[in-house]
Amino acid sequence: MNGFVEALADGAVVAKRNLIKVKRVPDLIVFSTLSPIMFVLLFAYVFGSAIEIPGINYREFLMAGIFAQTVLFGATITGTGLAEDMQKGIIDRFRSLPIARSAVLIGRTTSDLVNNVIVIVVMSVTGLIVGWRIHSSFLEALAGFGLLLLFAYAVSWGMAVVGLAVRSPEVVNNASFIVIFPLTFIANTFVGTTNLPGPLKAFAEWNPISAVTQAARELFGNTSPQFPPPDVWPLKHSVVASVVWSVVILALFVPLAIRQYRKAVAR
Amino acid sequence: MSSPVLFAEGLRKRFGGYYALDGFDLSVPAGTVCGLLGPNGAGKTTVLRILSTLMRPDGGRATVAGYDVTRQAAEVRNNIGMIGQQSTVDDILTGRENLALWGRLYHLSAANAKRRADELLEQFGLNAAASKQVKYYSGGMRRRLDLASSFITAPRVMFLDEPTAGLDPRNRIEMWSAVRALAQAGTTVLLTTQLLDEADQLADQIVLMDGGREIASGTPDELKARTGGDWIDVTVRNIAQLPAAAGVMARAAGGKLQTAAGEHRISAAVADRAHALTDVTRALHDAGIDAEDVTLRRATLDEVFLLLTGKDAEEVEAV
Ligand SMILES: Nc1ncnc2c1ncn2[C@@H]1O[C@H](COP(=O)(O)OP(=O)(O)OP(=O)(O)O)[C@@H](O)[C@H]1O
Ligand SMILES: [Mg+2]
Repeated sequence: MNGFVEALADGAVVAKRNLIKVKRVPDLIVFSTLSPIMFVLLFAYVFGSAIEIPGINYREFLMAGIFAQTVLFGATITGTGLAEDMQKGIIDRFRSLPIARSAVLIGRTTSDLVNNVIVIVVMSVTGLIVGWRIHSSFLEALAGFGLLLLFAYAVSWGMAVVGLAVRSPEVVNNASFIVIFPLTFIANTFVGTTNLPGPLKAFAEWNPISAVTQAARELFGNTSPQFPPPDVWPLKHSVVASVVWSVVILALFVPLAIRQYRKAVAR
Repeated sequence: MSSPVLFAEGLRKRFGGYYALDGFDLSVPAGTVCGLLGPNGAGKTTVLRILSTLMRPDGGRATVAGYDVTRQAAEVRNNIGMIGQQSTVDDILTGRENLALWGRLYHLSAANAKRRADELLEQFGLNAAASKQVKYYSGGMRRRLDLASSFITAPRVMFLDEPTAGLDPRNRIEMWSAVRALAQAGTTVLLTTQLLDEADQLADQIVLMDGGREIASGTPDELKARTGGDWIDVTVRNIAQLPAAAGVMARAAGGKLQTAAGEHRISAAVADRAHALTDVTRALHDAGIDAEDVTLRRATLDEVFLLLTGKDAEEVEAV
């Protein structure tokens, strides 16, 4: 237990270091918010006019999907950040210190979580400007944001494994784009899943991103009785499903990431 | 005799089909400085990485401060400090922030970490640049900050991988005195270097390695004695007289000759130390050669290096 508290304290030191960097070189966070803002505007004004969701303004429907996509991309920073530190030999130096194996990873994922909070705030303001409204209680809305962040935090640990294995920030960036981009589209993020062809439909319905998007939609009150979710368990019980997905991802990738960190040997 | 603080026996490390370490042994007593010397690719960094638990050996065993590097890695890390060949300070942070960060990770309180950071900035001559981001530092300043960050605590064992690479002579000498002070305070230091002069200046014990194993070890003086001991250097005023001087010295000193292109100096290994100086001086005078300087000296580590590795030390040093 004591060791765990110490790992958290060391993690906080590492997180602070990462956040100072974000503050001084804001490019990364600026670009990671600019692209979702562009998405909001594109979908709201270009596709929004062509996409019809019964019983609800498309812009309200859209926001939860964009939030989910955005925080996922936010999570990839964990991979690029670790790969960069690895390349520079900083991970080696950390590894020679008398600190827990998990401390650097806790620090990294925590600072990326803070990043995601900032991004979500900016996105919300953009959403509110284009006509998105929350129709639920304050606590429900908070739970909605919490769920998005929890899921992104879990994915961060997966990205940590990738970053430590691949070692090159550019490769992590490109690889995660190729994987995450389609994943966020074969889902209920931007359109309903009902009209998708068979296998894609099944994939979209069981895609964890769909569960998280659906959960956020419900918690923000952005759903419509005329447009119920498909009759599959993860979308009918989206909040529980999102939590389960997050816990499963964490249970899988936290130990894997720590193992990878232990093995990591920079050249 | 207390047991050695650093101990390695038959260390092996393979990369693909290539043995970077091939049966490496080491034994360093407490509070001494050991210099690992060797050409590029000799395996110096690999030794340091294994002893600092960053890498597991494929064979053999090693202990640091009595702890086994593979089975008791956590205890080893509690007793070591380490500076890699690569700079590991953060560009975006200021010098002071970098040191405070490492202080915190060595578990100093926030206030103590700040205080220690300021002391080290002072000690390493970085006061003026303390609040500047490291990306504006020169290469030498950056290296000094690296070193400062490894001096935060006085660990029992310090590993320094080419600590003075990229430092100017003044800073190199400052660095040397910092290492000496560290050893005086009881820390055992293992450093790698390609500078023979540095090993000569700092190390109590030198381990010369090549091809992943030790090829010679001993104090600097012991190693120098292995080339046959003494040399006599003659500097002529007129370079045209150099060949004549060479002939005279070959006869008078009786040993091998060495000269570098374009230099006015010629060196000869000396067989008979007692009479060499007078014999050579007289022979030069008799031959009418105008000698500016005649000196008798021990062999340099360069000569040892050359003899034992069959490689040109100058070439190695120039990297
Ligand atoms: N991670 C690695 N993967 C593959 N080969 C490696 C790795 N690390 C080192 N080597 C090889 O092992 C050998 C020894 O390398 P090492 O870095 O220990 O040498 P060194 O004595 O420190 O050299 P230098 O003076 O250039 O720093 C070299 O041939 C190097 O190419
Ligand atoms: Mg090296």
